[in-house]
Amino acid sequence: MTTLTTNSIANSKPTAPVRDEIRTFIILTALLVAVPISGLYPFFVMNALCLALFACAFNLLIGYGGLLSFGHAVFLGTAGYITAHALKVWTVSPELGIVLGVAASTALGVVTGLVAIRRQGIYFSMITLALSQLVYFIYLEAPFTHGEDGIQGVPQGKLFAFIDLTNPIVLYYVVLAVFLAGFFLIYRSINSPFGEVLKSIRENEPRAISLGYKTDHYKLLAFILSAGLAGLAGAMKVFVAQNASLTDVYWTMSGEVVLITLLGGLGTVFGPVVGAFIIAAMQEYLASFGQWVLVIQGTIFVICVLTFRRGIVGEVAHYFKMSL
Amino acid sequence: MQALYAQLLVGLINGSFYALLSLGLAIIFGMLNIINFAHGALYMMGAFCAYFLLSVGGLSYWWALVLAPIVVGLFGILLERTMLQRLAGLDHLYGLLLTFGIALILQGVFQNYFGSSGLPYAIPDLLTGGVNLGFMYLPIYRGWVVIFSLAVCVATWFVIERTKFGAYLRAATENPTLVRAFGINVPRMIALTYGLGVGLAALAGVLSAPINQVRPLMGADLIIVVFAVVVIGGMGSIMGSIITGFTLGVIEGLTKYLYPEASNTVVFVLMVLVLLVKPTGLTGRAA
Repeated sequence: MTTLTTNSIANSKPTAPVRDEIRTFIILTALLVAVPISGLYPFFVMNALCLALFACAFNLLIGYGGLLSFGHAVFLGTAGYITAHALKVWTVSPELGIVLGVAASTALGVVTGLVAIRRQGIYFSMITLALSQLVYFIYLEAPFTHGEDGIQGVPQGKLFAFIDLTNPIVLYYVVLAVFLAGFFLIYRSINSPFGEVLKSIRENEPRAISLGYKTDHYKLLAFILSAGLAGLAGAMKVFVAQNASLTDVYWTMSGEVVLITLLGGLGTVFGPVVGAFIIAAMQEYLASFGQWVLVIQGTIFVICVLTFRRGIVGEVAHYFKMSL
Repeated sequence: MQALYAQLLVGLINGSFYALLSLGLAIIFGMLNIINFAHGALYMMGAFCAYFLLSVGGLSYWWALVLAPIVVGLFGILLERTMLQRLAGLDHLYGLLLTFGIALILQGVFQNYFGSSGLPYAIPDLLTGGVNLGFMYLPIYRGWVVIFSLAVCVATWFVIERTKFGAYLRAATENPTLVRAFGINVPRMIALTYGLGVGLAALAGVLSAPINQVRPLMGADLIIVVFAVVVIGGMGSIMGSIITGFTLGVIEGLTKYLYPEASNTVVFVLMVLVLLVKPTGLTGRAA
């Protein structure tokens, strides 16, 4: 059986990939830093950055571990709910709110990871989807989430008591800093010995086991890391949108992150970022089309799977023989 | 006690749908190595088909019972020929992604034209009313759904386990290349299998139309429960899928009576328990 990602073939020159990636990373950072002076709507970019971090966390699992989680929204949404609740009801400081949110989704990652990694492949996807639906129903009935209404009007407050998050420009740079930190952490992870083992599991799990690796430990660790980082994205989203709602835990959101990563390029470093900006733009500009957005998303899925499984960044990288 | 029996009946009905849908998923997975995420959307199309046949064509429920699975089955064959077929040899997960996309398209189109609210579909005259069984009042239509679904499940089991076509099918599931070498048209069989699995989903949709109303998203949440059912039962055995489907429906009904708050989640909780005790599922082989 072929492996899931056609982007997994290594490049010819061993030192070139790192150079390409770092160069691209610097360009990306420069572009993002310049956003406030470009006249782009900062809330749109912030929203896209949260989605991008979420998708990068998801890509860590699918692109490098070969694990397709179809319930990843639950980590985004859990951190969102906990952070929003902590900020609004317990009136904690923003940094503590983020820590609590990330801790909650990490803990949930431990529990769901332990259950889900008991099966491989397609079953793993079905199990993560079913578990996310279980958590969704719990949130639907739990009083603190306020059901269909969600947690509205969450105060943004002052980060470390002096960074005023109610100022959109300040908030933008905080979101950007968190995104870059999360992105860098993922980049380091996939290029570490841990990442190499993860890739070997994706390519051939029985062989990795026969080499003496406890693959379940690696998969669980990747799952927890991914859940925690998805939680970080969810916590930041609360500061941007000032609310937490059921949409962020529903399976449609889980499908969306799959779409973002697939469109950008599974197993590419920058694919999820590109995908997130495209999907965020699509939602922004096509919002008036109502249900047709779903149809368009479905069509993108079908086209991606049938014609370009490498995704946008994967195709570009393949064409220019670069690593992106 | 009346309430208990009523909930058990509801559970049996849901169990019928779980059984019909998970049966179709299992057959399709066996042959195509694809988890058909579009199954819920095709179930919905079955119900809509019945609705159109009645409102536009004036054809009764009984016609729908025959025609809807054929129409949706043919549509499924078209999907298989034009798209799913191209995924042969690729990772299973691509099949999941492709059929997820198809489900989004189908549900989006129907939602766009029919909104999210339900369209009513009347119970056929012959099956209206109910009988008093002494210990409970049984609406005839609901009894019919359970018995008819059971009959269809057993018939499907018979076709696959006891007929020549079924033997070919099972052989092609094990080793398609070898079966092809015997001169059997395996690609056509794959398309027919997909049509059969999808037809079962459409049949479940027709059966559910008078009970649950006809809604574009009627299959969206249902399919996730059916995935859990499939994880619990495993996809290795046809009879296993049928029994697991009905049993979980009944357990869900029982939960509705004993502890209603958990009725939405009980199947998922059971899935977790089964995974902890027996990761391969109750009847499944290791995947």
